[in-house]
Amino acid sequence: MIRMCDLPRYADADMEEIKKMKEAHVVLNQITYEPKALYRGYTDKRLKIDVSDNSVSILDIPQEVKEKFTGGKGYCLRYLWDSVNPQTRWDSPENAITMSAGPVAGITQYGGTGKCLVCTISPMTDIPIDSNVGGYFGPFLKFSGFDMIELTGKAKEDVIIVIDGNKGIISVEKAPLEHRDAHILGEELTAMYAEDENDRKNVAVVCSGSAAEHCNLSMLNFTFYDPKRNVVRLKQAGRGGIGRVFADKRIKALVCRFKGVKANLNDVYDIKILNKDGLKFHREVATLDNKQNAMRKSGTAYSLQTLSDYDILPTHNYKYGGTEKVSEMKAEVWQEKWLTQGGADGCWYGCSMACAKTADHFLLKTGPYKGCRVCVDGPEYESAAGLGPNCGITDPQVILELNFYCDTYGIDTISYGTMTAFLMECYENGILNKERTGGLELVWGNAEADLELLHLIARNEGFGKIGALGSHKQKAYFAEQGWGDMDFMNDIAMEQKGLEYSEYSSKESLAQQGGYGLTNKGPQHDEAWLIFMDQVNNQIPTFDDKAEALYYYPMFRTWFGLLGLCKLPWNDIVPADNSLRDEPAKVPEHVDNYLDLYYGVTGVKIDRDDMIRMSERVYNFQRIFNIRLGKGLRRNDAIPYRSQGPVTEEEYLSRQERYDRQLVELVGKTAEEVQAMSLQEKMAATRSYRESEYEKLIDAVYPKRGWTLNGVPTVAHLKELGMDLPELLEIVEPLQDVQP
Amino acid sequence: MKRLEKDEALCTGCRQCEEACSKAFYKTADRMKSCIRITDREDGTHKISICTQCGICAEVCNTGVISRDAKGVYRLDKKECAGCLMCVGFCPEDVMVQSDDCLEPSKCTACGICVKACPSGAIRLVEE
Repeated sequence: MIRMCDLPRYADADMEEIKKMKEAHVVLNQITYEPKALYRGYTDKRLKIDVSDNSVSILDIPQEVKEKFTGGKGYCLRYLWDSVNPQTRWDSPENAITMSAGPVAGITQYGGTGKCLVCTISPMTDIPIDSNVGGYFGPFLKFSGFDMIELTGKAKEDVIIVIDGNKGIISVEKAPLEHRDAHILGEELTAMYAEDENDRKNVAVVCSGSAAEHCNLSMLNFTFYDPKRNVVRLKQAGRGGIGRVFADKRIKALVCRFKGVKANLNDVYDIKILNKDGLKFHREVATLDNKQNAMRKSGTAYSLQTLSDYDILPTHNYKYGGTEKVSEMKAEVWQEKWLTQGGADGCWYGCSMACAKTADHFLLKTGPYKGCRVCVDGPEYESAAGLGPNCGITDPQVILELNFYCDTYGIDTISYGTMTAFLMECYENGILNKERTGGLELVWGNAEADLELLHLIARNEGFGKIGALGSHKQKAYFAEQGWGDMDFMNDIAMEQKGLEYSEYSSKESLAQQGGYGLTNKGPQHDEAWLIFMDQVNNQIPTFDDKAEALYYYPMFRTWFGLLGLCKLPWNDIVPADNSLRDEPAKVPEHVDNYLDLYYGVTGVKIDRDDMIRMSERVYNFQRIFNIRLGKGLRRNDAIPYRSQGPVTEEEYLSRQERYDRQLVELVGKTAEEVQAMSLQEKMAATRSYRESEYEKLIDAVYPKRGWTLNGVPTVAHLKELGMDLPELLEIVEPLQDVQP
Repeated sequence: MKRLEKDEALCTGCRQCEEACSKAFYKTADRMKSCIRITDREDGTHKISICTQCGICAEVCNTGVISRDAKGVYRLDKKECAGCLMCVGFCPEDVMVQSDDCLEPSKCTACGICVKACPSGAIRLVEE
């Protein structure tokens, strides 16, 4: 076991080199300002920077915006809307990248309270994407005087934006010499802007990586400095290609420096509440984590084995739900062999859950950093599952290497894993071959080819140019080339709205099919992770139960993004008596904690219904934003059949007993009829049944959400929410009676 | 290593140690502001909770503001502390002090004030 107390510290950056890089900077614009102190979680200020002309504006956030949009993702979407028009695409100069931490973010007493939300028009989906990320930038931005930052325009040359929240200086600087890959760039900028070693923890960097200039799957890394390891850690705003937009604007990095993090920089209404709930939470983690998920030991990767056991772990492009080889990557393996134990691995102050694990001094075997020993952040469950079994890989060494390179190149591990699984299935089916891939043998489990594909994407060479497109565009390209049948590819490519699925096999959970399909941004489990409630615990058996869950959970979980919170401390640790409470899946005591935190910070008392209402306002706004940009109707919520049922014969046969039984129990065939059916007939009947179930689910969910059967928010519902804003009514009114 | 040791058999439950500690650091006689805690047991004996200088507080701290001095005592640098309270929540003896009047918690520095206040010799300061 690798213990934190035995870990050698990482080497310092070369300060001579850093000095040369700094000297090469050219300041394009610099302003000074008086940082506005926070009051009850807000500064009510937003910072807007247009890199076309390097203008810097500090603007007020009106009370009405605060009331309707709360903060975080709400603010990000509100001001993104104002920046774009229906014709705006990801690379339009007016497309904005908006970032906001939310009113509770930046408190230090409770776990998971340092999150920043990031939105932009996505190069993958052409609609707003939102991502929730740790690291110190979001809280530092608040402490520097801004509830949000908005980046628009396109720079002519690579620039960095530097905010010094103590001195009140914002500058836009030409920065030609810094490296592009995140693990180096993060170190360089942290060392450059810290006054001394002790000051490094006061510097936060946002950057992508070298793939971002050409890869749609590119994300943003948010750093925090880890003083115990002496290394800059990377957390990711992973989904939807935000890094591509960042690079298209030629923004190399954002830097925010703020010295003096203390427990009450939010100037909260009642700190006693935060202290009480925070201590209660820390004590829960201290006493129960080992008995529950052991997040402090293995982070979210703890669940790989369990999910495989329940037929949920996507394997071979979601064909199967697990593999016997998962034992090679079970929690004990990560804990004993790879992940450093005993570290304080929170991605913001006060996160005792500490799930941001690392593999330290990890020796790279491929790529431009071959032979280097590096700090790998993760792997989180999604990364391990997507990069691993979904592509037929179960070797932790390979998964960590892929994880490292995805992070430093700025590539989303989830999209990369899911996309590569699709490419591998294409290869296995002859849609791709060695000639078409330029020599890459993308067969299941070929780690060498997988890593090479990743390096090619980063270098924008060969088949890497195709890899950089993402699955949605790849399907069209392969069909255009006459390589494959579009219907088959539509069935097996696990993407919807242009975004790759995250890593749960939803075939046996109708609620999770909806959890993925009926999302705003695309199939990401952060809205409704219902698979355990539905498939494992059978807590939501009826359509009405599932529909209620697909109303409640997306709204409840949206709330975290409005406030600047992480969801994991909500239910990856639960009070000892949680199972005795009504609706234990909701973890009621923790919900009460969150209501307390909101009250403690803002002084505004809310109840559980208010919480859902706050989210509904923003959720419906985002839905209408999608409609405004050409998606967001029922047809856009269709999902690939691979997420619903068996596409191929081998998939059916792998669970034949179950599917045959379902034909009797669910479809209404007799056992004799099933016995007489050919495999193809059974597959067709299964498909017809499952697809109709999904449609029935939609029929049940949309009205619960206050939408028409075409997925359009009703005027009456908007009025009820106080969201009958003219710009929203203009879009939804003509669609009220349009049938799907 | 400098730390407190206890002999619960000698404790009379007078709580003068608690009072001395909280008065020294918080200028008030409040046992919840003491880094030594006495709990009465049903059988009439008393449990003495003391900091054993185990270092778990330092281990859980993100920012390394709790460090061990030359004598083996873990000390909290309040100037650098962000007041996250993880150290308080993870203390296995539950003897770190969190006060709503202060942004930072505090911990036992093995100063010996409680030892001097104890009339029965139930606690002592040892250096190994």
